Order: sequence, then structure tokens, then C-alpha cells
Amino acid sequence: MAELRKETSQEMGLHDEQLKGRTQKKFFSIDESENLTYFHSFDVDTSKSATIDALDMTPREINREIRELMEKGIGDITVDNPMSRHGVGVGILNRLNLTFSDSLGYFGCGLIDGPNVHIKGRVGWSCAENMMAGTVVIDKNAGSTFGAAIRGGDLVCKGSVGARTGIDQKGGTIIVGGKTGAFSGFMMQRGRMIVLGDAGMNLGDSMYDGTIYVGGEVEELGVDCVQADMTELDVRYLTEKLALYGMKTPRGVEKMQKHVSGKMLWNYANLEPNEKKLIL
Amino acid sequence: MCGIAGIIHKKAGKGVNIGQQMTSMLQALKHRGPDSTGYAMYGKDNGNQILRFKVAEAADLEGSYDIHATIKDRLETVNSRLTELGVKVVKKESPTEYAHRYEVEFSGDMKKVADFVEDVEGVEILSIGNSLELVKDLGDASVVSDQYGLNDFNGTHGIGHTRMATESDVDIRSAHPYWAYPFSDVAVVHNGQLTNYWTNRRSLERSGHRFSSNCDSELIAVYLADRMSQGDDLETAMKGSIDYLDGVFTYLVATKDQLGMAKDVMAAKPMVVYEGEDMIALASEEVAIRTLFDHRIETFDPYHGEVKVWQN
Repeated sequence: MAELRKETSQEMGLHDEQLKGRTQKKFFSIDESENLTYFHSFDVDTSKSATIDALDMTPREINREIRELMEKGIGDITVDNPMSRHGVGVGILNRLNLTFSDSLGYFGCGLIDGPNVHIKGRVGWSCAENMMAGTVVIDKNAGSTFGAAIRGGDLVCKGSVGARTGIDQKGGTIIVGGKTGAFSGFMMQRGRMIVLGDAGMNLGDSMYDGTIYVGGEVEELGVDCVQADMTELDVRYLTEKLALYGMKTPRGVEKMQKHVSGKMLWNYANLEPNEKKLIL
Repeated sequence: MCGIAGIIHKKAGKGVNIGQQMTSMLQALKHRGPDSTGYAMYGKDNGNQILRFKVAEAADLEGSYDIHATIKDRLETVNSRLTELGVKVVKKESPTEYAHRYEVEFSGDMKKVADFVEDVEGVEILSIGNSLELVKDLGDASVVSDQYGLNDFNGTHGIGHTRMATESDVDIRSAHPYWAYPFSDVAVVHNGQLTNYWTNRRSLERSGHRFSSNCDSELIAVYLADRMSQGDDLETAMKGSIDYLDGVFTYLVATKDQLGMAKDVMAAKPMVVYEGEDMIALASEEVAIRTLFDHRIETFDPYHGEVKVWQN
């Protein structure tokens, strides 16, 4: 086991507290195979299907059942009767076709990295929070903080969503077929948000970077958010992206409004080249 | 955090078992607030006034040797004061030792009755109305519902609350709903925190309004009562509350034939609405509304600063 390196501040006696917690106790070992694989990531076959009837199951039981099916290599799972339960379909770190036949509650499909999820209903607050990759498509409406802090993938709501959509968004794409509420794009850092309907007040408030396209009316722009000119690239991107999900805006993508950050973060220019690539 | 829920039937006829429906929704919201549960439900108006009041806190029963005698004394004083004011009690029920339901015949000033009864130490009027029945106690919805026999309550609409105490104590006094004293049949439940509570409370108290608790949510009920006493209809009063109240909130208010919902300008607190042809159901989470259906439903989230009112 590696030893803790003493920092200069500790050597000077500025603090002598005992460090506790998992990160201090467990160190990386090349001999432990789990350190070289993605925890709970499974190799699945999407031609193998299974259905779960979740009517009398708790969220934990539903998630465990999904995991056990993935362990067996099943790559196409349908969950019937999710009954708007919270925290379902979370932490899936591999490719998977996952369908929910009805609505989900809060924190549905959070912390995912790779699956293609289809929800044939609505979702509550914080759907797909911290999503890394994959797609989540919702047929109906969504609650607030939709796609909070997502880092990648496509998160699509064909209906309207609540307030603070894409708060702290760090990448990926959020697409909203209807309206979005107040403070959408709050503290947005990267990625793209496409709203085909109207946007509520304080759109893009305190955003660092990223792009917000709005097809309807914007109630009010937030601090640091400014309108920018649509380019040919924007039009082409929007046309192709929306076509992927069979969506279009009534007035045409050419007439959408584009919004970006009006201020550069003080150390933003100091990003490493590979980080800049992620943004572009 | 707290959970709130409401339901209104447009075609209730002789009444629907809203007691069971509200319990079902509130029990599904238990994780949002396990400290206390409250109901404001609207039943059939038979011409009499219904007086719900308590003469002690549930916790008092464990804290004093002579509490049983005290409760008896308080109840006798309440009865004598009602008689003194000419209030005829036609039916008495006591779901618990400390909580009572009187059906009364009285056509005079109910504010005067409320003030005189509440003047008895330890006594609090929970509600007065022709159809409003306000019940609140410690525990989750199934406990309170069983305790007060609400599982077969027939009515047209109701609102309810599961409380996670943040700003005041875990007691019945601080539990929701709040009756909009002195208005008959008006009650409020709230999810959120109000940051201009004390400033506005002092102002309303100077205008002659009374507060029975230190819970910020009571401000909403008193404010609405104040506005309606000055001629506002419910919707106008609720729209005024959006600017008057500072903080984060979603609240529900019910009157004899209306159910209203208001959300703050930042839309910081949740609310999901189901609007059917015959019934409207609202709750902090869809999981609560979903307990009423065995099929897929369409729901939506109201937006910031939005006020909605439904009529039965």
C-alpha cells in the first residue's frame, strides 16, 4: 500500500488531521482486475430481449433486475409499469436498448454512460442527471432540472420541460420539443441546447460557454447570455440533429435564435488543447 | 422538503371517496415529509357549521401528569363559551382525546366564536366551515387517516400535506393545512420557505389578523384571507401573492368550490398536474397521482409565477 506523501503544509505543522475515507484507504493496484475495467459495465447482445413487469417492484428491485439481465448478456430490455417511480434506470454504463412503457419519477436514467433509452411517458425532475453518453428520448413532458450537469449524449424531450433545464450542462445535447421554463441553461459550461418552443426568463443566466438555440419566444435573457448570428453550420447542424429524432420547428431552423455566453470566463483561455476540442 | 397534493372532482354528484384518494396520494409522498400529515377536505354542506379544534398537542399527553384533567377543563370551558355565544352543538365527535369535531347551528359572527374559543389556553381552532373538514396530526397519512377515520370520507375536493419540519417545531400547531382565519371553508398547504415571513406577519398582525403558529406557511393563508376580506376573488388574491411572498414556494389553496395552485417566480418547488375531464389531481410528484390510476396518464409541470384555479 502506498504511503501518503506529506505536503509542505503538513511538514510545516499547519494541519495534522488524520485523513479518512475511501480515497485515502484504497489505492490503485495493477494486480486488481477491477481497477482496469469499468465497474458494472457488461457486454450485452442487443438481439436478446427481456421484459420486466415493475408493477410491484421497488426502484432498487427494478435497477437490480436490469443489472442482472445485463449480466446475462441481454441487451434489449423493456420495463412495463414503472409507475412514475424515482431513480429508475440509473448507473447503466454500457450500451443497452432500454424502454420504459410509461412515465418515470425523479432522477430517472441518471449517471448513465452509453445506453439508448426510450421513455413512453413523462419524466419528473432531474432526468438523466450527469449523463455521460447514449441517448434518452422522452415522448411526453419533463420536470425541472432536465439534464442537469450532463456531459455527453443526446437527451430529447418531445414535450415541454420545467425550469432550470440543462443547469450546469457540461456537454452533450439537450433537445426540447415544446417550451422550457425559467433559468434554462443556468451556468451552462459546454454543449448545446435546442428548444423548439418558447424559453422562460433568465435564459442562459451565468453561462460560461455552450450554445442555446430557441425556436419560439425568449421571455428574457439572463446575465452573460447574448444573442449570436446563426451560421450555415448552425443551420446544417440543427437540421441534421433534429432529423435524427423526427423533430422540426414550425418556423424552420433558419429562424431559430442562437444564444451564447457574452463573457469569457477569466481562465477559460488557459484550457488544455484537448479540452478545447471537447468544447468545439 | 414537504409534499403537497390536491384533488377536485367536477362531477362528484353525491361525493367521491376523496378521503381514500388523498390518503393514497399523501402516503406516496411520505418520503418528502414524515413528521406530520394534514388534510383539508370538503364534504357535503348540510347547512350546519363544522368546527374542528384541538385542546392540546399530541405531545402534551406524554409530558404532564395532570394533562387529562387539563384537557377536560379546557373542553368544558369551550363548551360553556359556545353556549354563552348562542352556538348550538348538534353533534360531537372526538377522534382523539385532544382533537374534536363539533357540528353547530349558528348564524352569527363566526370570527367572534373563533376568537372567544381560542382565548381558552391551549385551544386552537383548526377550521370552521360549512363543508371544510381540516384534520392534521403527527405521523404519516395512513396513521392520521386511521386515527381520524378518513378512509371513507365522501366529498368533492381536498388538499393535503406531508411535512418535513424545517422552520418550526414538529407539532400539530405547525402542521399543515392552515385555515385562512376568519374565512369559512378556506385552507392552504405549502411547500417551500418564505423569507419575508416576519416582516409581513408583523404588518398583518397590526391589521388585526391572528397567527396561531410560528410556521412561515401560515402567512399565505392569512394573506389570502386579508385580500379576500378586501374584495379580491381567489385568483386575484393568489396572483397578488406571487409578488407579496418572497422565497421559494408552491402552494395549494381550497375554498368551498375551488382549488387553486400558485408557484413562485423561480419555479423552485415542484408540482405536477393531471387535468382530466372529470377530475384534476395535483401533487409534488407524479408518483402520488399515479396511485389513483391503473393506466397511463398525461401530466405537466406548471411554470414560474403561474396561478391556476379550478372550479368543481
